[in-house]
This record gives sequence, C-alpha cells and structure tokens, in this order.
Amino acid sequence: MIVFEAIRRWFSPRELRDVGETPDYRFSLANERTFLAWLRTGLALVGGGLAVAQLLPALPVTYLREALAIALLVLGGTVAVHAVHHWTRTERAIRLNQELPASRFPALLSLAVGLGAALLVAAVLTQAVRQP
Amino acid sequence: MTGRAGGRQRPGWDTGLARERTRLAWRRTVLAVSVVAVLAVRLALTRGAVGMVCAGLVAVGWLAILVVTFPWYEASPRYGRGASGTRRLALPLAALVSAGIAGLGVLLVLTPMR
Repeated sequence: MIVFEAIRRWFSPRELRDVGETPDYRFSLANERTFLAWLRTGLALVGGGLAVAQLLPALPVTYLREALAIALLVLGGTVAVHAVHHWTRTERAIRLNQELPASRFPALLSLAVGLGAALLVAAVLTQAVRQP
Repeated sequence: MTGRAGGRQRPGWDTGLARERTRLAWRRTVLAVSVVAVLAVRLALTRGAVGMVCAGLVAVGWLAILVVTFPWYEASPRYGRGASGTRRLALPLAALVSAGIAGLGVLLVLTPMR
C-alpha cells in the first residue's frame, strides 16, 4: 500500500538518512522551516474552525456554522498531513540530488479557500438584501 | 548558495542564521499549537463526557510536542552532520497532533452540547 508506505516513511528518519548524501545542513533546515510554515497555515485553519464553532452566533441557515467549522477543521487537518508528507518527499529529493517534488496542493488549497470565502460573501449579501 | 564551506570551516558559525531562524520558526509553531489547544479545550468543556476525553487527548498531544521540541535544540549539533532534521520525530509528531486536534474538533462539533 502506497499510503502506509508513505506514513511509515514519516516516522523512520533513519531510513531517510540512509538515502543519498547528507546535504548542506542549511538545505535541510530550510526544508524544515517550510514544513513549519505549512503547519502553521494548517493550525490557523484549525484554530479558525474551533473559533467558528464556539464564538460565532448561530447563523440564519441551519447548521451553516457547524458546516463552516467542520470544513475549516478538515482543511486544516489535511494541510498538516500534507506538510509532513511534502517535507519527507523534499528531504529525499534533496539527498538524492533530484528535482524537488511538484505538488498541486497549494493551488487546490487556494481554490478551496477562495471559493469558501466567495460563498460566504454571497450568503452575507443575500441575507442583507432579505432583511434590510 | 554556493558558499558550502562557510558553515563547515568554522564550526559554531551559523551561516545565514539558518539554525536561529529554524529555532524561532519552531517557537512560533509551538505557540500556534498552544493557542489551538486552548481553543480546543475551551470547546471540549461544553460537550460533557466526550468533551472531557477530548480535552485530555489534546492536553497529552500538546505536552508531547512541548517535550519533543524543547531539549532538542540544546542537545544536538546545528551544523555539519546530524544537524539535518531527518532524525527528528518532532516534525511528524507536530503534524499528527495538529491533524488529531482537527479530528477531535470535528467530533466535538458533532457532539451535542451539554
């Protein structure tokens, strides 16, 4: 299974270290900081979801608040998992002196966040028009 | 980035402040995890018994990140061999705890309020 193989790789730093050559430590640290920036992006989404769930008053559409919270939480969790997956792949590529892995994930995430924001703007506007 | 030798010839010299920036990035991340953990526990305390279990799990995950991230930077070399992040469990652990808090958050949102 490719999925389990990937998950096993996240937790086996020794295997990662046996691959290829040890690069300039600054490359590894830069890769680590990129991972941390992605993780903070994911945490911001998770924190947003948790805040929506408990701080936002109930919205006029039934369960819209809960749906929004769950969407943000799932998105944030996905970003966190993608962060560590991408870090492992990049580390291997650096050690093997290969091309860095390309990913569609940033584009998909941007689209999802943009679409969600547009939908919310539409919801707020229709509500404002209905109840002036 | 052609000056490969820079960091190796003078051990202890942090070229481009790479270690320092990484240390600060970890600090920011642990701070973000802490804020998210507090929000998760706050939500959990309104959800009865399920919430108590979730709050406990979040606390364990947060403590695990604190333990794994704190001593490492004092104990290991920050340049040359061994400085690479590849031997660390802190990275997958931090990511999985974050994803775990997200999963528990979904569970808490679906749990009826007490």
